[in-house]
Amino acid sequence: MLAYRGGVPILVREFLADVARVGAALADGGHVLNVCSDRYHFTVGLAASLVAGKVSLLPSTRTPEVIAQLRRFAPDAFCLTDEEECALELPRVRFPASRGAAATAGAEVPRIEAGRRAAWVFTSGSTGTPVPHQKTFAGLLECMRVAAERLALTDGRSHAVVATVPPQHMYGFESSVLLPLVSGNALCAEHPFYPADICHALEAVPRPRILISTPIHLRALMAAGLALPATDLIVSATASLSTELAREVEQRCGTRLLEIYGSTETGSIALREPTRTAEWHLWPHVTLESRGEETFAQGGHIGQRTRLYDVIEPLGVDRFLLHGRTADLVNIAGKRSSLGYLDHQLNSIPGVVDGAFFHGAAAADGTVARLGACVVAPGLEAAAITAALRRRIDPVFLPRPLLLVASLPRTSTGKLPQEALRSLAAAQTKPSGAA
Amino acid sequence: MSDNVSPLRQPADSAGVVALTRELAGLIVAALNLEVTPGDIGPDQPLYGEGLGLDSIDILEIALVVSKQYGVQLRADSEENTRIFASLRQLAEYVNAHRTK
Repeated sequence: MLAYRGGVPILVREFLADVARVGAALADGGHVLNVCSDRYHFTVGLAASLVAGKVSLLPSTRTPEVIAQLRRFAPDAFCLTDEEECALELPRVRFPASRGAAATAGAEVPRIEAGRRAAWVFTSGSTGTPVPHQKTFAGLLECMRVAAERLALTDGRSHAVVATVPPQHMYGFESSVLLPLVSGNALCAEHPFYPADICHALEAVPRPRILISTPIHLRALMAAGLALPATDLIVSATASLSTELAREVEQRCGTRLLEIYGSTETGSIALREPTRTAEWHLWPHVTLESRGEETFAQGGHIGQRTRLYDVIEPLGVDRFLLHGRTADLVNIAGKRSSLGYLDHQLNSIPGVVDGAFFHGAAAADGTVARLGACVVAPGLEAAAITAALRRRIDPVFLPRPLLLVASLPRTSTGKLPQEALRSLAAAQTKPSGAA
Repeated sequence: MSDNVSPLRQPADSAGVVALTRELAGLIVAALNLEVTPGDIGPDQPLYGEGLGLDSIDILEIALVVSKQYGVQLRADSEENTRIFASLRQLAEYVNAHRTK
């Protein structure tokens, strides 16, 4: 069994038939933006692309600006979609509907060269242009083989893998698509969102079943007051989980919760059990190196030495502690950007003279902290700036508040301290907030 | 529950929806810490995207408020989901029809 949809198993031979069918429908271009929202469709599209020697593109967001940059990066790119409507400005291939043709038993499993480039994933960089990172098929597989062992998913039983994260996000791509494929477990086509959806998706599949999720979804799941189905493992990533929430999840779901640490550049590289220890345990062969404030990872599936944008304290050779993000990094709901990139986008809007984003204060109740921005733009209204930003950056980064100011609080050396921006914003918002 | 709505009941329900619309606007502004006052949110203004500018993280937060306050569990796999968040009025009508408290 390779997958479930609506609790109905999809067998390997049906998958192979679907891969062949979709492969025949793909366009000629060598780069595929696979936006299929159904996780099984996504997986079929990925496999068909691999077999056809095409490279998958995984941008961090799909705003018109990013799609334009993708077209420049890969002029032959086309998009594979399973939706009726697709607003992306790319040549489009509709995921072909199943004709219900009987899958032939004993269909040959296609062979994919291990060293081949399977995907380009993108981070926002700090200068306004997304930075591509290459993922080889072998590197992805190696990383997920380790993950499967560490998560104890290699005991011969078929685990059903339910995930609240999209397959196009690096964590979802690895944990909800590649992990079950590599380890002989079964992925679930659904992408549950609300707490009731998560419970329903879990109940629809037999045990053992595992939930791949994030602190945001787990917090909502705990708060919804629903009866939670028995689950055999819960995995969280994208941001650190508070120990209290981790404990509650374990108690209410009656199982272990494991956290994965990774980045778009490196993929998953460490794991921890937060109710037992704050220490992260690195993948074997992956090592960390600190240089001043910066930390780099290398070895194992990573390939070349790669910077991690978190503040990391290595402990011995295979463990570390995480002390938050570096000052420039932005991570909201697992979507990553940098203040440098966002500032660049803001200042590229015609009419904006000067502008800067700042980190909002973290909320004590676990709700998501948003960014704010101060903008000097005589003659522009805040709503117009927000609308222009919406074309450029992912909506999770849109500033709340976006404040129009006469000038930015730069120091005499031209620096713009985050604290000064926050104070300026607080001083401006107070009167209306009190009204 | 109220399949056979009496002619007398109908206006009361509409008034209920109107009141619920205002109540939800207050709950949403408080839960999401929005920069607007509840009165600024028009009953037919889109909540998602261009309208009020909410995203999926906000929608999850609103779903929590709605489940706590009214005992309504929202589901994404129903056709209704896009309609529910089309506007405050649509959300109020949905909550009004499905509330258990």
